[in-house]
Formats: sequence, C-alpha cells, structure tokens
Amino acid sequence: MSNAATQKRALSAVLWDYLTTVDHKKVGILYLIGGGFFFLLGGLEALIIRIQLIKPENDFISAGLYNEMITMHGTTMIFLAATPLLFGLMNYIMPLQIGARDVAFPFLNALGFWLFFSGGILLNCSWFLGGAPDAGWTAYAPLSIQSPGHGTDFYVMGLQLSGAGTLMSGINFLVTIVSMRAPGMTYMRMPLFTWTTFVTSVLTLFAFPALTVGLFLLMFDRMFGSAFFDVALGGNSVIWQHLFWIFGHPEVYILILPAFGVFSEILPTFSKKRLFGYSAMVFATFLIAFLGFMVWAHHMFTVGLGPVANSIFAVATMAIAVPTGIKIFNWLFTMWGGSIVINSAMLWALAFIPSFTIGGMTGVMLGSNVADYQYHDSYFVVAHFHYVIVGGVVFALLAACHYWWPKMFGRILHEGMGKLAFWTFFIGFHLTFFIQHFLGLMGMPRRYWVFLENQGLDTGNLISTIGAFFMTFGTLVFLVNIVYTAIKGEKAPADPWDARTLEWTIASPPAFYNFKQLPLVRGLDPLWIEKTEGNGKMTPAEPLDEIHMPNGSILPLIMTVGFFTASFGFIYQTDHKAWLIAVYAGMALAIGCMVIRSLKDDHGFHISKEELEREAD
Amino acid sequence: MSHDHSLNPKTMPEDPAKATMEGKHKFLGLWFFLGGETVLFACFFGTYLALRNSTAGGPTSQDLFGLDLVFLMTVLLLTSSLTSVYAMYHMKNNDFKKMMLWLGITALLGFGFLALEIYEFAHYISDYGFTFRSSAFGSAFYTLVGFHGGHVVFGLSWLIALMVRNAKRGLNLYNAPKFNTFALYWHFIDVVWVFIFTVVYLMGMVS
Repeated sequence: MSNAATQKRALSAVLWDYLTTVDHKKVGILYLIGGGFFFLLGGLEALIIRIQLIKPENDFISAGLYNEMITMHGTTMIFLAATPLLFGLMNYIMPLQIGARDVAFPFLNALGFWLFFSGGILLNCSWFLGGAPDAGWTAYAPLSIQSPGHGTDFYVMGLQLSGAGTLMSGINFLVTIVSMRAPGMTYMRMPLFTWTTFVTSVLTLFAFPALTVGLFLLMFDRMFGSAFFDVALGGNSVIWQHLFWIFGHPEVYILILPAFGVFSEILPTFSKKRLFGYSAMVFATFLIAFLGFMVWAHHMFTVGLGPVANSIFAVATMAIAVPTGIKIFNWLFTMWGGSIVINSAMLWALAFIPSFTIGGMTGVMLGSNVADYQYHDSYFVVAHFHYVIVGGVVFALLAACHYWWPKMFGRILHEGMGKLAFWTFFIGFHLTFFIQHFLGLMGMPRRYWVFLENQGLDTGNLISTIGAFFMTFGTLVFLVNIVYTAIKGEKAPADPWDARTLEWTIASPPAFYNFKQLPLVRGLDPLWIEKTEGNGKMTPAEPLDEIHMPNGSILPLIMTVGFFTASFGFIYQTDHKAWLIAVYAGMALAIGCMVIRSLKDDHGFHISKEELEREAD
Repeated sequence: MSHDHSLNPKTMPEDPAKATMEGKHKFLGLWFFLGGETVLFACFFGTYLALRNSTAGGPTSQDLFGLDLVFLMTVLLLTSSLTSVYAMYHMKNNDFKKMMLWLGITALLGFGFLALEIYEFAHYISDYGFTFRSSAFGSAFYTLVGFHGGHVVFGLSWLIALMVRNAKRGLNLYNAPKFNTFALYWHFIDVVWVFIFTVVYLMGMVS
C-alpha cells in the first residue's frame, strides 16, 4: 500500500512539476505533446474530408459540417500542430546546440506554451458549443463577418491567444541565440538548426503582429460593431486578405525553415561529412526569409490588384526558387561521396528532397501570375501546399523525432517500426496528393463538399482517399512505436549516432542544468572536431562552479486561465452583456498575475558546487 | 545571501541596467518586442490610410480635427519622453531620488496627455456623433489612436507599479533594468505618436 501511495504522490508531483516548469526541455516536451495531440485531431479531420470525397455526391457528412472540417483541418494543422511541434523541437534542441543552460526568458517560455495550448483548446471547444468555424482557414471577409453562430468568434480568439504565445517564443529564441552562446560559439559556428531557429524567430516577430491586427479587426467587426469589412459603411474586405497574407506567407517559411534546419543536421550526421556549403546555406536561409516578406500578394493574383502589382509579386515569388535550389543542391553534395547510413531518420530526409522539390516546382508554376488564373482555388493548389507542408514540414518532424528522440527521452525508437511507418506514410502521401495535381488541372475546385460523377474525377478521388488511409496507418505505427519504445526501447547513450554537434556531448536525456561546465567551442561541428583532433570530449570553458537556475512558477498557467476566461466572455457578450463579467474577471486574473510577476522578486536559485561534484559525469 | 550582495554592489557599475545577464536580456528582448510592435502599428496605419476617406456620409477628418488640442497633446508626450531620458541619466549617476522625481514628472505628463485624449474622443462622440461604429473611417481612427492610447495606459500603469514597488529600496542591479526597459517602451510610444500626429492629424487637415 505504501508503495502505491508513493507512486500516486510521484504522479501528482510530476504533474505539478510540468504545470509549473520553466525548464526549456520540459516546455519543449509539453509543446510536442500538445502539438502531437492537435496533429492527430487535424489528421482525423483530414480523414473525414477524404472519406466524404471517396465517391461522387457522397453524403458521409453534411455540407455545413464539411465546411467546418476543412476550416478546422487547415487551422489546426498550421497553427496548432506544425508550428508548436517545430517550436517544441527548437525549445528542446536549440539551447543544447549553442551550449546554454536555458532560454533567456524561461518564465515567458512557459507562458508561451500555455497560451498556445489554451488557444487550441478554445478553438476546439467550438465543436461542442454550436459548431466550429466554417469560413475556411483563411477566414476571408466578408464571409467570415457573415458566418452565423460563434464558430468564427472561436477562430478569432483561439488564434489570438496561440499567436501571442508564438510571438513570445520568437522573441525568447532571438535573445537566447544572440546572448547565450557558449564561449567560442560564434555565429558562423552555429549548427544550421540553430540558424534556422534564429531566422524563423525573426520571421515570427515581424509576421505575427500582422495576424494580430487582422484578428483584432475581425473581432471588432464581429463583436463590437465596427465597420472595417462592412462595405455599406465604407469598409474594405481586401484589407483582411492583405493582413492575413502579410502574416500568412512568412508563416509558411516559419514552418519550412526549421524543417530545412532539421535536414541540415541529419544529412551530415548520417553521411559522415560536414554540411556542404555551410555559409551558402546560412545565406540562403536569410534570403528566403527576406524574400518571404515581399511575396504575400501572390495569394491574391485573382483579386484584381492590376498587372503591375501582380507581375512584381510573381517575379519576387519565382526568385525564392534560387536560394531554395541552393539548399537542395547543398544537401545532395553533402551526401556525395559520404559513407551514408540509411535508418528511419535518414529515410525521411532522403524522401524529403524529391517530394519537396515537386512542391517547389508547382510553387513556381503557381507563382506565374498569368497561369495562376487557371490554377487558383483548384485542387492543384491543394496538391502544391500539401507537397511542401507534408513533404517538407511533416517529413522533417518525423525525421527529427527519430533523430532526437534518444536525446529527449533516453531511448531509441524501434527501427523496424520506424521503417514500416516511413514506407506506408511515404507511399500514402504520394498516392493522396500526386493525383490531386491532375484533379485540379481537370477543374476540380477546392473546398467543395461534393463532385458530380462521370466528370473524370471519380478514380482520382478514390486513389487519393486510399492514400489517406495509408498515411493514417503509418501514423498509427509511429504511435505504437512511441509506446513500445517507452516500455521496451533500447537505452540510448549520450551520442548514439556518432554525431557532430553540442547536444550529443551531454547525457541522454540531459541533466536539468544541461551543461555542468560550459563547453569551449573550437569550430563548426564542435563535437566532431574533438573526435577527430582531440580526445573526443569537450574542453570546459570554465571551472566547476555553482549554477544559477530560474524558479518554477504556476503563474503562467493561471495567467492563461485568465485570458482563456476573458476570451469566452468576449465571444458570448454579443448574446448577453452579463458575459462581460467573464471578460473583466478573466482580465483581472491575468493582469493580477502580471503584477505579481512584476512586483515579486524572483532571483532563482543556485546549484552548489558540492552538489555538482557529487553527480557523476 | 550572495545574491543581495551581487545585486547591491558598493559602487554601481557604469550602466546598471545592463550590468547583469538578466538586464542584458531584458534590454535586448524589449528591442525585439518593439520591432514586433512596429509591425503592429504599421498594419494599423495601413488600415487607416486605406479607410480614412471612407466616411459613409459621416464627419470627415477636416470636420473633426483641430490642431491646437493635438499640438498640446504632442508637446505633453514629447516632453514626457525627454523627462524619462533625464530619469535614466540620473539612474546612471546612481542618484535614485532625482530619478524618481523625473519619473514622477514623466507620469504626470503622460496622464495629462491621456486626459486630453479622453476629452478629444468624448468631444468627437458627443458633438459630432462620430463613433467607432459610424463609418469605416471611425473604426480605423479609434482603433489606431485608441491602440496608442492603450499603450499609454499600459505604460503609465507599469511606471506607477515600478515606482511604488521600489520607492523605499533604492536602486540596485535587479530593478535598474526594469526602469530602463520602461523608458525604452515609453520612447517607442512617443515615436508612434509622431507618426499619428503626421499621418492622422496633419494629413487629415490638408486633404
């Protein structure tokens, strides 16, 4: 009995630990759990969409529910799955790669996670409260203004919360990388994943405020009677499109650049060669980010901005193919002549290169403003962005899971199941989306609930749906792999892959202070340098001394509960003014937490030298 | 505790706001934050520029704006930025009392600005029936200027909280970065106002 009691206490202690944690590794794991949950939810929605489209004039779900499905699938996958999963990886790995003990603002880091998570929960509450948002993931006005019920209100408030969380993380990563690099870790010695984290954070910082503004305008129009998108009072609905895509286009680079970073870590490790063209890779990352901000109107070619504007944006769009091409060739040259190890992580990386290149090429096709009138709003577009986002981002996430799982959880994922998941998902992916290019070219519009028979669309849609089931199977195998690994998986040493960067110099999983002594970095791929020119271990850059660490805090969670409550108030005060109480109470709670955080001194704590000496290496 | 000692050294370093790691992080983090804020206000300005002539038959900017009031507001806010510079100057000289004095003056000027802005909005609403809902121009005007006003309110609350909390304990390396980041934020609010003065009021008077 006493044993059961200790176990119970241990469980609640672990729970409390995670609710109050400010450790970047635990926050990273929370992000992975949260993002993984929403990824499964978004996948389920995708499967329902594909089942509805398995045959002509199907009535598996109603037209209204179908609109909710496509809206929630897109919104969930972009904002609640892909972004947080990548931010989780960055959170866990980036500080380890630069030899830091935490991020610059650990409290803010935890707050960022809770805001993202509560935003996602808020958005999904809509399913149970009268219907999900149904105006598409882009929520174009005036459709989103006139969409009845509270669905779109949940979209507005949910994304506002999670967007605020993402913005905080962006600032946090920037400061961390600028000021917390280990001695000797100059900018041009940073691993590519850290570089892409840096550039992604810059994009986050400058792109998300545009979404914030767009959501505010939508919120004011829907909840407080303003007239931004109300043509009768002089409003202009194209403003929403501009604001949304000024955010939305950089957002796709926020997703893909960290994916590039992941592959730039995996390919050198398993080719046993340093990354080909390191400086060109860094430069290309910056160039993609820079150009990424001046192409948003290519989503709006058919709006009627005029030939001059359209042409400028078309040229800028196609220019992005150049730095992306530099990257593709550098990855190929990295593998050239290397001694390549093919395992699950490497399979995802190898599959990424051709899959993403197809998505890139259709991107250039869509970037041609004259041809775009033909492709616009067809399944060709759907095929294109799934090739870049699944073939790029999802492949990267799965590759990163296999690669960094041993570091994060101390166990190696099962290879056999990893390969099974890869082959089924990879084949399923191409089955699902390759055919959609042709469905689109034959005129099948996106977002339609049904299609008619004998239009040449029947077989293509059937194949696409079969592919979706393959992908589902692959995902399930991956889930089984996680459970199996947690129970029976092989224990991981500090450096299971014979890798090159700093995160592999410390235990798997690392101690909560990461580095007992900060390492001295002597060049790019610091661990590899020590393996080839030194004794295989990092030289400490400082004598063993006490370590300063931040205190955990429950305030981020309480603050988030405040914002969450206030969001419900904002949504329902249009029905009854009594809901304003929820707004005031929620905001009071959130602001109260801010005041406490600001006024209460929190100096953190020190791990003593003796304690560190007692711990084994 | 070793902490109090390191945060209250016998001789203050030259720049107490950036002498600790936390201070440097706060300084850098706030600059990045202001970068994001710039995009936020740029989007509001863009929206305003697109909608400023969409009056839907209601009052136009020429009907509404009067430069004398706005001039007074500008003087108050710009001066408050200057006084916050004096406060930071005294912080670097480790003269806590003078710093608090100048911060107090900054707060008074900020409240003066805020009072005039509230008067301005009330005047538009009661005398012209020009509201947030009356036209797209109204929505855009109140949103842009109101968001700036909201930033002023937030800044003033922040300043008051800092001054009350630290009134009795003097300057140390733990609170110096807090005062410094406030001052940076306050300058940013001022810069945004310069643009509002130009784009909203001056351009609204002439066109």
